[in-house]
Amino acid sequence: MDLAFTKEEIAFREEVREFFKTNVPPDTRRKLQEGRHLSKDEMVTWWRILNKKGWGVTHWPKEYGGTGWTSVQHYIFNEELQSYPAPQPLAFGVSMVGPVIYTFGNEKQKKEYLPRIANVDDWWCQGFSEPGSGSDLASLKTKAERKGDKWIINGQKTWTTLAQHADMIFCLCRTDNNAKKQMGISFIVFSMKSKGVTVRPIQTIDGGHEVNEVFFDDVEVPVENLIGEENKGWDYAKFLLGNERTGIARVGVSKERLRRIRDLASKVEAGGKAIIEDPAFREKLTACEIELKALELTQLRVVADEGKHGKGKPNPASSVLKIKGSEIQQTTTELLMEVIGPFAAPYDEHGDAGSNESMDWSAQIAPSYFNNRKVSIYGGSNEIQRNIISKAVLGL
Amino acid sequence: MDFDLSEEQRLLKESVDGLLADSYDFEARKKYMKEKGGWSKAVWGKLAEQGLLGLPFAEADGGFGAGAVETMIVMEALGKALVVEPYLATVVIAGGFLRHGGSAAQKEAHVPGIIDGSKTFAFAQLEKNSRYDLHDVVTSAKKKGDGWVIDGEKFVVLNGENADTLIVTARTSGAQRDKTGIGVFLVPADAKGITRKGYPTQDGLHAADITFTNVEVGADSAIGNPADALALIERVADEARTAVCAEAVGAMDESLKTTVEYIKTRKQFGVAIGSFQSLQHRASDMFVALEQARSMSMLATMAADFDNARERATSVAAAKVQIGKSLKFVGQQSIQLHGGIGMTMEAKIGHYFKRLTMIENSFGDTDYHLRRVSESGGLL
Repeated sequence: MDLAFTKEEIAFREEVREFFKTNVPPDTRRKLQEGRHLSKDEMVTWWRILNKKGWGVTHWPKEYGGTGWTSVQHYIFNEELQSYPAPQPLAFGVSMVGPVIYTFGNEKQKKEYLPRIANVDDWWCQGFSEPGSGSDLASLKTKAERKGDKWIINGQKTWTTLAQHADMIFCLCRTDNNAKKQMGISFIVFSMKSKGVTVRPIQTIDGGHEVNEVFFDDVEVPVENLIGEENKGWDYAKFLLGNERTGIARVGVSKERLRRIRDLASKVEAGGKAIIEDPAFREKLTACEIELKALELTQLRVVADEGKHGKGKPNPASSVLKIKGSEIQQTTTELLMEVIGPFAAPYDEHGDAGSNESMDWSAQIAPSYFNNRKVSIYGGSNEIQRNIISKAVLGL
Repeated sequence: MDFDLSEEQRLLKESVDGLLADSYDFEARKKYMKEKGGWSKAVWGKLAEQGLLGLPFAEADGGFGAGAVETMIVMEALGKALVVEPYLATVVIAGGFLRHGGSAAQKEAHVPGIIDGSKTFAFAQLEKNSRYDLHDVVTSAKKKGDGWVIDGEKFVVLNGENADTLIVTARTSGAQRDKTGIGVFLVPADAKGITRKGYPTQDGLHAADITFTNVEVGADSAIGNPADALALIERVADEARTAVCAEAVGAMDESLKTTVEYIKTRKQFGVAIGSFQSLQHRASDMFVALEQARSMSMLATMAADFDNARERATSVAAAKVQIGKSLKFVGQQSIQLHGGIGMTMEAKIGHYFKRLTMIENSFGDTDYHLRRVSESGGLL
């Protein structure tokens, strides 16, 4: 047992750090630190910088532009990216649909889609959840009917993150009503510009606009847009959700936020001295740091295990990472609320799209707290993760 | 970066697990606890035979030169089986003092007796008002000729009733809470002026309150510098904390396994109660708590090799915090999921809960170590 990185790994970390320092646009970094949302341009600009460096789709196979890094290198890269902080690659393209296409897609699909995903020429969104299908995803109703050389798609998706920016969607559609619910689903991709696609924004409790409802009304999609085999979509969805789970702990994100809390707590005063001088507050902060340290180690154990024994099946330990990681992220936003105290109240009704820079950074603290309630809900709610642990690990 | 055991370490784990599986089930443990002194000489002899009592000592001193990982492996196994024999007091703590502070003569005099299992030790540190502060020492050691005279009272000394030799912290100069002026002394347990009042502890071990009245020891009894031994004491205490963290992980692991097994077989309303989601989720949370604790136990273990003493101490303290939180949750919920049967002396689960609970309150509890980490500037 040994915690230390090798010399090569340390050199790699330096390279990554240096790259972020010289290449992440300072405004982009500042907005992330302040918990603001980025504009589409700001995100795409950064992702293209990454892609030009060859770091856009790091975990893909080399032939499609991946890096061939070790598990530890991926870990270091993610950790540095999150804690710098810099925007993470667009998960819907890079981590979700990309791997499905290079694993189950045909040659034409690979050629057509993969390079455009890597360079974010297409912004992808995910068409999974429906109003009646949340945790019970397999009950989804959106229908794709085959008519000649077209799929005719009707139905509704919801919680579609950043669909307002999207060029493409990957969609789970029911293609067989008679089969068992998991068996009649297909994985179909199509343009968001298609006739019959309507995007309606959903405003979340923080006032932001991240998620949307998407309606399909007789949308015509070429038959060749089916990925893999008809009625095998559930398998691809499971593959997609089990892929790339170690980043889910978001250790780097929480680390960065804890640093920020320490910094702010040494500037904001209460009772005539900095809040960080208050032992009760400091112990709460320390307790969170300890939880995070434990999580970081748990994540490293998963990373080391994957490095040694291969990725194989999705590791149920990733459910531990999701549960603890989300709880810690939420705790950090609570601590920020505590630091800011009564000044959490003013609400910037113009939202945080960067439109109103004159508002103090403190305006983002309450919205960020509200917004972070999502992290224990999305990506398989923490209750679903507990189901997974109880079945896959404990055999209950 | 590597979290796997080496081939030798894997073999060690197999052998200690195997030994305890053969000789230390819950029924056997009850028998050992009824033996004179509250633990089994025969088991102790087996641990010696397998070389476990000599693990951490240098080869030159007759040991195996093993490191912190090996101690973690052993302590985890001892925790799993709820072993009552005095490994912690003798091998980890007394062994730690001898290894880090002992003179060649002291090692020669004491290490062989530990390794061959003929002698056990106890660490007499806690005082009426010291709580967890190792530097809070009233017991005095005054110079007399070449030697020392020790006076004072020590409490809840684990294995204090049975030990052949006591390792005693005593003040050689200064005031009660001064960080200098503290010495560590090897004192024969049968020395004139010592009275020991032994008793069983909540978790089935044995301890003693010990009074020292004009106890005379030689100049060669001081381990390290009698005027300034706090750093040595802290170092050994950190090894003890690390060891009980591993022991707690073993005990939590077994508690969770036992509990999951129980809810798979216990039937109510015509089904196994483990089919109820509220219980499944509780068990999942216990697993999360256990894995977080395991990670921090590993961190504390690996911290033994950190060059920076402050970073080492902070890592160990942080581990003790995590273990404290996890053990409380796993321990309490193990009882809850067992229901009424968990409340009985007959069921083994309660005994894990009790040992875990006592671990939290030894060598600094969760709040104590949280404060330490907090005061040292956090863990980022």
